[in-house]
Amino acid sequence: MAKWAIAIHGGAGVDPNLPEQRQEEAKRLLSRCLQIGVDTLKARQSAVDVVELVVRELESDPMFNSGRGSALTAKGTVEMEASIMDGRQRRCGAVSGLTTVKNPVSLARLVMDRSPHSYLAFAGAEEFAREQGVETVDNSYFITEENIGMLKLAKEANTILFDYRIPLPGADTCSASVGSLVPDTSLQMNGLPISIYSPETVGCVVVDSTGNCAAATSTGGLMNKKSGRIGDSPLIGSGTYACDLCAISCTGEGEAIIRSTLARDVAAVMEYKGLNLQEAVDFVVKERLDEGQAGLIAVSRNGEVACKFNSNGMFRGCATEDGYMEVGIWE
Amino acid sequence: MGWAIALHGGAGDIPVDLPTDKRAPREATLRRCLDLGVAALKAGHSPLDVVELVARELENCPYFNAGRGSVLTTNGTVEMEASIMDGTSKGCGCVSGLTTVVNPISLARVVMEKTPHIYLAFDGAEAFAREQGLETRDQSYFITEQNIERLKQAKEANRVQIDYTQPQPIKEQAIPRSEGDSQIGTVGCVAVDRNGNLASATSTGKMVGRIGDTPVIGAGTYANTICAVSATGKGESIIRNTIARDVAALMEYKGLSLKDAANQVIANAPKGTVGLVAVTDKGDVAMPFNTTGMFRACAVEDGHSEIAIW
Repeated sequence: MAKWAIAIHGGAGVDPNLPEQRQEEAKRLLSRCLQIGVDTLKARQSAVDVVELVVRELESDPMFNSGRGSALTAKGTVEMEASIMDGRQRRCGAVSGLTTVKNPVSLARLVMDRSPHSYLAFAGAEEFAREQGVETVDNSYFITEENIGMLKLAKEANTILFDYRIPLPGADTCSASVGSLVPDTSLQMNGLPISIYSPETVGCVVVDSTGNCAAATSTGGLMNKKSGRIGDSPLIGSGTYACDLCAISCTGEGEAIIRSTLARDVAAVMEYKGLNLQEAVDFVVKERLDEGQAGLIAVSRNGEVACKFNSNGMFRGCATEDGYMEVGIWE
Repeated sequence: MGWAIALHGGAGDIPVDLPTDKRAPREATLRRCLDLGVAALKAGHSPLDVVELVARELENCPYFNAGRGSVLTTNGTVEMEASIMDGTSKGCGCVSGLTTVVNPISLARVVMEKTPHIYLAFDGAEAFAREQGLETRDQSYFITEQNIERLKQAKEANRVQIDYTQPQPIKEQAIPRSEGDSQIGTVGCVAVDRNGNLASATSTGKMVGRIGDTPVIGAGTYANTICAVSATGKGESIIRNTIARDVAALMEYKGLSLKDAANQVIANAPKGTVGLVAVTDKGDVAMPFNTTGMFRACAVEDGHSEIAIW
């Protein structure tokens, strides 16, 4: 019997001034979702069922950038994307441009299981959602007050470096640094000051008790993105990958992740260079990201788990069958 | 070492008894595109310019499934996608869900060079094309008589299978095989210049709302400093096998030659589903496929050139 293992993430690239309270809230959410994953693994559920279930939980909570609480497009709407991959036979499903589907990862699963296609997007994906009878809601369901505030800051940050005459709206309520009114422009992710940047994506990777691996990733994407912008999360090989050796989910600067086909590369160096999971993860983050900032979580069929990031923090949690369980944000 | 170029007009179930009137214009197009690409390389154009140029030419040709001549959905509409990658910078640009942009590959290049993003799709991509002043045409431009006729035949064929007493709504579906053309997805081009710079471009027509392998970096398109690859065939197979990336990964991580890497990748995919063209920084070329045929052409600086289907 193989050993199970699970890792989850809530995004890479965290504001170093994130208030203590927010950090605690995030860790509580990570612990809760991790526990759900652990319980279902102990109950011998399959890897692909577990990753879907855990990512659904992460999507439903507004804390992280996926489902409810997704980052907003330049138009102030939400456009979500997700992908899921089953290491057995490497079946996969992906969706982009969702505006009403409550749980994008579940639609991605349906694309994998119930359609002859791998990737559906925008109107085609929404239509498929209706055909399949998945739960849909108004776009406003996904939009939080906090993100409306963040979008405004992001637009200001994109157009002007910083104008001290303009008071930052909601500086006392949103997760931008409470102690300082100046966005920390020294640390940037994807062109945005880190206090405004919304760590992209949530994800989960699992190896179950039969040794099968699966991965799933879901996101609202980049804050203030052009409508129609697709990131790495729905792209198999970039944001998500699973095969019989391992499963990976990535987060961070989407463009850097795509360029380096980050998720696939972890598996490729294991497969073609014979590296073990940790070596593969270290190699890829160090050698393949160039100047990009990103992080990833990974599990191997041997029950190992690995997390790595070159960004400022990554919301994450890991657990293995021999009792190890930990959540974290910083290095 | 020297420059090299390879291009394809799609891999699939191309019947070996393809009539001359279908075969000749396609071979002529491959010849024309090859000559265009070779002339550009000889003139010292960058591989990125070369692959875009050739892909545009292939998109404009109504005989291949990309741009004009894209396969039609049952609604008689066209939706296109493309991607381009610069091996030197690893910059990439991808587009999906285009309905009016005459040259999808050019929009992909503009996304790469003029936005902080890599991938734009649907309304956002169409709006961006207009902002950037790219040529757009009404849907009717992309629809060829040939494809209208094929769509008509397909619908008639489907009706025969349906119980006449209960007319069924015809759902969105791929046009069933006829003369092997409808299985032919995608056009692509890879090139390397005398300095070893590489680039890859792939473009195709798609069913509405569905994204295939073509705009997925690592699946349909990939280029780095070692090789450039453009794949064609069954989208699902290309995506889950990360075809384009794997050729490069086998060379990079396992030290295989282009020939061995390309052959292995093709052999590991289900038979009848994929083909690819690839070049390396050293000027090697490979064009393997596990389908019945693949419209293809290649040329290298030492004078060798080839145009083939099976």
